[in-house]
Amino acid sequence: MDLERVDQIIEKHNSEASSLIQVLLEIQSENHWLPKEALERIAQRLDVPMTRIQHIATFYKAFSLVPKGRHEVHICMGTACHVRGAPRILDTVQDLIGIKPGETDLDMKFSLQTVNCLGCCALGPVMEVDGVYHGKMAPAKTADILKNYE
Amino acid sequence: MSPILLKIDGAKVQAQEGMSVWEAAASVGIAIPSLCLHGQLEPYGACRVCMVEVEVKGWTRLVASCCYPVEPDLVVRTRSTKIDKIRKTILELLLAHAPDSPQLKAMGQEYGANPNRFEKEASFCVHCGLCVRYCAEVKKLNVVGFVDRGTRREIGFIPELAAKECWNCKECFPLCPTSALQAAYVLTEALYAPHPFPKS
Repeated sequence: MDLERVDQIIEKHNSEASSLIQVLLEIQSENHWLPKEALERIAQRLDVPMTRIQHIATFYKAFSLVPKGRHEVHICMGTACHVRGAPRILDTVQDLIGIKPGETDLDMKFSLQTVNCLGCCALGPVMEVDGVYHGKMAPAKTADILKNYE
Repeated sequence: MSPILLKIDGAKVQAQEGMSVWEAAASVGIAIPSLCLHGQLEPYGACRVCMVEVEVKGWTRLVASCCYPVEPDLVVRTRSTKIDKIRKTILELLLAHAPDSPQLKAMGQEYGANPNRFEKEASFCVHCGLCVRYCAEVKKLNVVGFVDRGTRREIGFIPELAAKECWNCKECFPLCPTSALQAAYVLTEALYAPHPFPKS
């Protein structure tokens, strides 16, 4: 992500320190992670200390300080999904992409994450890719879904 | 502004509006132990060692005296079997993190805290926030801050800033009750890639 885009986002929020989280969220959603250069620019332009940005960026799970892949795969491990076979879904997806939860593959295609409940237990087991929910998953169906992502 | 009358450990105390119970007690020579309180900093209420029992209209509550503002007809008890037991447990929990901290050890001895009651958790930092608040409020440098949350929360230096500011300041070092801060500083210095911190 280039710093010009960071500046644009900061200007959109009138360089207000109170918009810090909004600025961070916008960079996170466009870039999938928060690079250090971007954070330094924000600190300078919004006039907030780096310690504060660091505190916020590490406090909320929505932010990532390490590079993330182009597509984020979330697998629900909540109670309902768990009893309906989420561990098997997770195993299959791990084998397919070749990474463990919390990791990103080498060509930056997928990031895998387990989550605790996506709020649609009736659809369990649930897999979410880039905000799209895939309900009633079966280990055999995961490959069909993941191959649609480039 | 008329003074606020309250009772602390049976003694009548006159306090000004806006004072905390801790300050009111200190003004009549009643010392309430505390860890995270510092004269130059805003009260923070993190360590909970200054916990006291307050009674309002016959209802008793446990509050951190450093953050609790005085109010009329308040009845405060700073030492009682209940309070002493709570302080002892709090100190035992803190000692599980930093068993060799002189400050904690002395306080623990006073309240009969058993440093081995809880399983040791070698984080050393007790999250009193003295370093973080001192750096932000007094020095306005913001070199050290909190990172992460919950059980994983810890203090962290911004290496680039630490390289510039810390060697000539180090005013937070004597504040740390457990020396976790010094350790964090040395670790930051060791991990700082370009070159060692300038020593001048």
